[in-house]
Amino acid sequence: MYPRPIPEDAKIQRVLYVGGVTLVVALWLLPLIAVMLTSIRSNEELMAGNYWGWPQKFSLVENYTAVFQQTAMLRFFLNSLLITIPSVIGVLILSTLTGFVLSRYPFRGSNLIFALFVGGNFLPAQIMMIPVRDLMVRLGLYDTIYALIVFHIAFQTGFATLFMRNFIAALPGELFQAARAEGASPAQVLRHVVVPLVRPALAALAILTFTFIWNDYFWAIVLTQSDAVKPVTAGLNNLRGEWTSAWNIVSAATIFVALPPVVMFFLMQKHFISGLTMGAVKG
Amino acid sequence: MPRFWRRNRHWMTPALLLLPGLVLFGLVILAASFETVWISLHDWDGIGAKTWVGLANYVELAEDPQFYVSLKNNIIWLLIFMLAPPIGLGFALIVNQKIRGMRILKSLFFVPLVLATVTVGVVFGWVYDPNYGLLQLIYGLFGGTTPALLSDENFATFAVAAAGLWPQIAFCMVLFLAGLNNLDEDLIGAGRVDGARGWRMLRHVVLPQLSQVGFIAIAVTVIGALRSFDMVAVMTTGGPYGSSTVLAYQMYEESIFSYRFGYGAAIATVLFVIMIAFIAWYLRGLLRAERSNA
Repeated sequence: MYPRPIPEDAKIQRVLYVGGVTLVVALWLLPLIAVMLTSIRSNEELMAGNYWGWPQKFSLVENYTAVFQQTAMLRFFLNSLLITIPSVIGVLILSTLTGFVLSRYPFRGSNLIFALFVGGNFLPAQIMMIPVRDLMVRLGLYDTIYALIVFHIAFQTGFATLFMRNFIAALPGELFQAARAEGASPAQVLRHVVVPLVRPALAALAILTFTFIWNDYFWAIVLTQSDAVKPVTAGLNNLRGEWTSAWNIVSAATIFVALPPVVMFFLMQKHFISGLTMGAVKG
Repeated sequence: MPRFWRRNRHWMTPALLLLPGLVLFGLVILAASFETVWISLHDWDGIGAKTWVGLANYVELAEDPQFYVSLKNNIIWLLIFMLAPPIGLGFALIVNQKIRGMRILKSLFFVPLVLATVTVGVVFGWVYDPNYGLLQLIYGLFGGTTPALLSDENFATFAVAAAGLWPQIAFCMVLFLAGLNNLDEDLIGAGRVDGARGWRMLRHVVLPQLSQVGFIAIAVTVIGALRSFDMVAVMTTGGPYGSSTVLAYQMYEESIFSYRFGYGAAIATVLFVIMIAFIAWYLRGLLRAERSNA
């Protein structure tokens, strides 16, 4: 291991080390901590200029209630769920299929198709913005959640195919040979061999794509306009424009937007990290 | 029909399974990207008919001072972002200890990575607030006053890119931690026997083993810097006076706000070409690394 591990019996050293790292983390997250602190301050205190002192009064409940009642954040939050969840499910299904075929049924051109999926993933969003927007307008999907769902499924399928293909290719080949020897059709192989084995990969992929889609801002502002369909990211930026001086409300809304991905991350941390490293390392 | 199916299903089922993903991706992502290049050769307001103008959009772009501002800012982003891999490596080295409580600290380091860029933008907008922000608090301790970074044309891009650095450092840290977990213990042990410690150990034994991960960290950082859009859109909307735009943002502005879709497409194409050059370099490096590993 590098750096050299601090020995188990050097108790004091270990405590000091953890203390030091805690300090670094606190500084690292200071901007976020500041926003959290502000989100529980009252209006009066902010007016009086007490931004950094210890809050005299905790307005946690008031501020967050104000976010729910006086702003459209709850609507945006619901929109984000309605966009993100179907998109993630769609990506998981499509990429299991494409990953399965590309890893187990090589044909002439299958490598090229795989390369297209991988390469397409690196494209900057702006290169496809105009035609995608135009396409959604012509399909009548512009400014509906379906425009975002269709786009996110299509785009994330590139990364997800890379991910699933590599995972399925790494499964033991004997399983597939045995299934084929028994005369199983490709559909049966998919159902009885692949689907039960890819669950850990699907978990990693689900948390990653959830975070990517939930956090998307660019496509949210390109493909939607009205509050009825806008996701939280676009909603938060609007809110900031409307509530310019009410930093406590804006801060509360910010924390509210950040919560789902952060909670998901802490719940499924191992999957998230392994997915991210594998995705980056292989792609 | 059933007989035809039975005879051909060995290839038709895979083809049918591949089709939905391939068609969707091909149509929405790949075809659209090529269509942009086509649109860049036209004058188009996004609604009416397209008028063929050949390379006129590119000629105009070559003379557009705003284009050079964006290009310069993209380079500033790139240079500032290059701090992410070393700082990320530093953090990774700090937390790579097996002590109780280290795991949760490690996860806390990763938090900026899972925040939406809009969230990061709002958080740093607050940090930079010249009246009450965190930066003012720090300046205040030394009796100074913070310049209004985001509304100063000399500082805006630096301030926004520095904010973008926050999640990028966390990303690099994740990659380097994975690299540190895959170090060859024998080599480290041999290094220790030979008396290598600290810096010398890092330089001669550890870093060479991290070269592939380091390469990936640099590549994702370069791509991240070229992709920057959200932070600019949220923190400055390209201002003041267009001084903090980047290519991605200028493209969006020309298309959505000025209805100059042909011109926007030309900017997107230029961004695309720059990106392709980097991706080609990246893939070549990856292939070379894979070959030398084999």
